Amino acid sequence: MSDIPADLKYTKSHEWVRQLDDDDVLVGITDHAQELLGDMVYVELPAEGDMPSAGEECVVVESVKAASDIYCPVTAEIISVNEALVDQPELINKDPYGEGWILRLKASTPDELDGLLSADDYAQFIASETE
Amino acid sequence: MGKKTSLYHKHIEANAKIVDFGGYDMPLHYGSQIEEHNKVRSSAGMFDVSHMVVVDLHGKAVRGFLRYLLANNVDRLQEAGKALYSCMLNGDGGIIDDLIVYFMDENWFRLVVNAATRDKDLAWIEKQAADFDVAIDVRDDLAMIAVQGPEARTKTHAALGGGLKQKKADQLAPFYAVECDGFFIARTGYTGEDGYEIMLPVDQVESFWQALLEQCVKPVGLGARDTLRLEAGMNLYGTDMDESVTPLESGLGWTVAWEPSERHFIGRDALQAQRKKPGHKKFTGLILDGKGMLRNHQKVVVDGVSVGEVTSGSFSPTLGRAIAFARVDACVETHCNIEVRDRYLPATVVKLPFVRHGKSCLQN
Repeated sequence: MSDIPADLKYTKSHEWVRQLDDDDVLVGITDHAQELLGDMVYVELPAEGDMPSAGEECVVVESVKAASDIYCPVTAEIISVNEALVDQPELINKDPYGEGWILRLKASTPDELDGLLSADDYAQFIASETE
Repeated sequence: MGKKTSLYHKHIEANAKIVDFGGYDMPLHYGSQIEEHNKVRSSAGMFDVSHMVVVDLHGKAVRGFLRYLLANNVDRLQEAGKALYSCMLNGDGGIIDDLIVYFMDENWFRLVVNAATRDKDLAWIEKQAADFDVAIDVRDDLAMIAVQGPEARTKTHAALGGGLKQKKADQLAPFYAVECDGFFIARTGYTGEDGYEIMLPVDQVESFWQALLEQCVKPVGLGARDTLRLEAGMNLYGTDMDESVTPLESGLGWTVAWEPSERHFIGRDALQAQRKKPGHKKFTGLILDGKGMLRNHQKVVVDGVSVGEVTSGSFSPTLGRAIAFARVDACVETHCNIEVRDRYLPATVVKLPFVRHGKSCLQN
């Protein structure tokens, strides 16, 4: 059973979103997603200052198995990216909700955050997906 | 639901992620593919390869039959137990399969062929054997475990538990096999490391797997099997070659025995014609200069022109870089670009293998 922290929000494309004190959000991929993808070997990060829309592809993660797009959960400006992943993409496998974070964003329309899934919703969603 | 090997329950017990491979439910990995890979390079790992097909050929005509069937020459096998790698070709020189042939005695040669090509291989062998007095025996009563790595032999000896089997294994030279008490022990493999491939009765395979586990031999899935063989410069049938290409276009020219010139083997005429004609595609190793990943079917480009494609690409855990095999135009020399999504990433052409006995073979 994969780990789904209760204090985070989720997307159906398996990103997690953590609201920080200063209204920025951190984004990564879920434990379930990293399990499905397997060992990470490369992460193609976007430029800071990019402004992706909600649902837009903004990162590519490559595992031994496949290349996979990460979608921006909300319309936002990219404040920073996790540079540690350049040399240690395996942080995503080891600590998907901590050191394996991928993006720090400033949401353009904070209301969009309310539309994301709760931990319970996400757990139900992956249960239905794997049936 | 595919077919299952006799070790299926051991895989489930070890939390394997199961995938379909050649119609079999096989372990892809047991947690981390890269850890499994590294274990084989540093210590010892084991693979369930029971899906592979063991075909025994019996009779006085076997040597003559194999001389005709295979592109490599079984006359290179004179000592009992010696193994040979060969392609089996069709009349156009296309590769039907690659295989290992073991010479046990003049009335018994053993072939090990791929699982995914089982039906067509057996049909082809039967068809070609029609004019020879040869008995074909498919050994579905045997399972097969490969134990590979620098510590594979000592750990296997311990798992064999002393006695004659251990003694005979200990005496084996590389690329030789011996049969003892129903165990067929071969010092061969598909990883570039020392070790064994062991064929044994299906009703004994679980207990032998367990004995290896107790020697801390790590189960390794198909994922790491692929990166290990890629680093070792070994082709995968169906990915790096098939019936549409010849050994000369697949980096396997060294397995074609041209001499003696009077030996007629299936595909010889087509290969000879291709050999005389310059400019056929060549098969090479590639290493990505920067960070990134190489994948099967990526396009290889030089000066904006497509010159071929990646046949097997992956990440090399030993080198920490993306590596690949590619089939490219003969003119490709030292550098090329690989089309990755909408970009072109520079790569260097290198000789195979990338890794042998745990060490990088790269010059720089």
